[in-house]
Amino acid sequence: MTTVETKETTPAEPASAKKRRPRGREERGPLASVALHVTLLLASAVAVLPPLWLLVTSFKPQSEAFSTDLVKDFTFGNYDHVLNDTEFPNWLLNSLFVVGLTTVIGVFISATTGYAVSRFKFPGMRPLMWLLLITQMFPVAVLIVPLYNLLASLGLLNQPVGLVVTYLTIAVPFCAWMMKGYFDTIPVEIDEAGRVDGLNPFGTFWRLIVPLAKPGLAVTGFYSFITGWAEVAYASAFMTGEENLTLAGGLQTFVNQYTSDWGSLTASAVIVAVPAAVIFGFAQRHLVSGLTAGATKS
Amino acid sequence: MAVETGRSVAKAADAEGIRGRGHRPGKKPGRLRRTFATHWYAWAMVAPVVTVIGVIVGYPLVRGMYLSTTNANEANVERHIGVNDIPATYESVGLDNYRAILSDGVFWDRLTWTVVWTVSCVALSFALGLALATMLNRKLAGRSFYRMALILPWAVPAFVSVFTWRLLFNEKKGLLNKLLAGGGIDAVPWLNDPTWAKISVITVNVWLGVPFMLVAMLGGLQSIPGELYEAAEMDGANAWQRFRHITLPGLRTVASTVILISGIWTFNMFPVIFLLTRGGPGDATEILVTYAYRLSFVVSPRDFAGSAAWGVLILALLSIIAVAYRRALRKQGEVW
Repeated sequence: MTTVETKETTPAEPASAKKRRPRGREERGPLASVALHVTLLLASAVAVLPPLWLLVTSFKPQSEAFSTDLVKDFTFGNYDHVLNDTEFPNWLLNSLFVVGLTTVIGVFISATTGYAVSRFKFPGMRPLMWLLLITQMFPVAVLIVPLYNLLASLGLLNQPVGLVVTYLTIAVPFCAWMMKGYFDTIPVEIDEAGRVDGLNPFGTFWRLIVPLAKPGLAVTGFYSFITGWAEVAYASAFMTGEENLTLAGGLQTFVNQYTSDWGSLTASAVIVAVPAAVIFGFAQRHLVSGLTAGATKS
Repeated sequence: MAVETGRSVAKAADAEGIRGRGHRPGKKPGRLRRTFATHWYAWAMVAPVVTVIGVIVGYPLVRGMYLSTTNANEANVERHIGVNDIPATYESVGLDNYRAILSDGVFWDRLTWTVVWTVSCVALSFALGLALATMLNRKLAGRSFYRMALILPWAVPAFVSVFTWRLLFNEKKGLLNKLLAGGGIDAVPWLNDPTWAKISVITVNVWLGVPFMLVAMLGGLQSIPGELYEAAEMDGANAWQRFRHITLPGLRTVASTVILISGIWTFNMFPVIFLLTRGGPGDATEILVTYAYRLSFVVSPRDFAGSAAWGVLILALLSIIAVAYRRALRKQGEVW
């Protein structure tokens, strides 16, 4: 692992040090160390504070949502209220259904596509790659009205299935790129060995490559999961009626121009964030390499 | 990261094959059949994606472009009320929508703000991400603690974070203003004053974007061979010179990619603005995407045609960026 020193060390160096050779990479004056840690601590505090404050607020009684005390009257009241007296459980189920289906279908079809693009030279490959790249940058605004009409004419408005279909268009292009990046790192010799042993391309893909690509698949799955879990625009436009909403739409009903039920909002936000954060914790190491592998070529 | 240079790609003419096979004059059926026999595996594997994109992106796109040349709005599209089907009565108006949008100041105002928003968000989060990555990429006590803490914002779904920031930004009772009051500073109208609202949305988006930049830059830094630094040290280069002449060039590929990607994401960043300010106060923080959304789902009567025209214009702007990016990739020898 390489280490790099920034100019940060310079002010810390005593005047006499100027005559010495430049400070090496592994060395650092005590003052520089302090400055480094202070900066990092400050940055960490800024990063952690909002989620932490969310957590703290969720344990306060509704009337105290804005008090600056750390928890004075600790209560699970908000959680109790959200889970038992609101439509929140419905939203959670809707979201889980949408996200689950999106993830399974999205991972499967982006894996086959990524594999084909990574291994075969075939007519249509170039336009396909272009298509995937262009689709990634489609703004919500171009598609949302025609999609709304399309879903309306198919009777899919207010149906979670309609959202699944929509989310696939967001998740699949990017996932296919990531999978291609991942498959590119698997040696072609493995495919060749499979072919020699009499497997057809589908067999090679399914029996040899898919098991090897599990980390890549996990990352793709995670990306699809997050896409569905956190999407706002389509969910707000296509789902109406309180019991049909997904989480992103539902939480908006707690705090809008008419009501501000911060207690319910914070409690449900914590319930939404925790599983995402846990899954993220497992995926993040791979996520980075996957993102950059897919991204550097897109 | 495997790089695909040098892989020969099918000729552009052949590339048409997947959609309309054999419409090229002079192509014999025998050759067609051979092409099919060789490539049907690949085609079968990409078929689901092509279908999904064709049906759910292609069709709406074409239809959106069509709608943008009509005067469709809530009152004249086809509707179903009970058992009655009311047919559509909108009609084609040619390029009138585009003419109206481009000659109206609103579009240019929104475009200016969208560009300011995109550039400042990407520049700030890139600078912060790079600075933090450089600090973390060295021997340091508590390194993994800092790393975990700094990428935490990425782990929380964006809309949850945005709600949290609204809680902090609350003008009368929010934590930020209470902290300021502790320091004797007057409350800041974070979301209710046009300028502060702009600063607030940028702050939140930078907060959301730094972890991605940080992590990508850490990856980039670690892929720079240590020998380069050793050699530079031998030659007496100081820390700044090493950063300037080894680190920055070494990061170029990764950096240009993440900047493009996050530029496109930010340009289209819907949830932050929609959930934080709803584009307000007035339309101070409205970017192109949220404005187009407002036209078709918030205002009444819903202006479907206008919204579609805005969408097409946004797409055109982004395509220009994409083409420029591909040019740049080509110069680096990346061809597909």
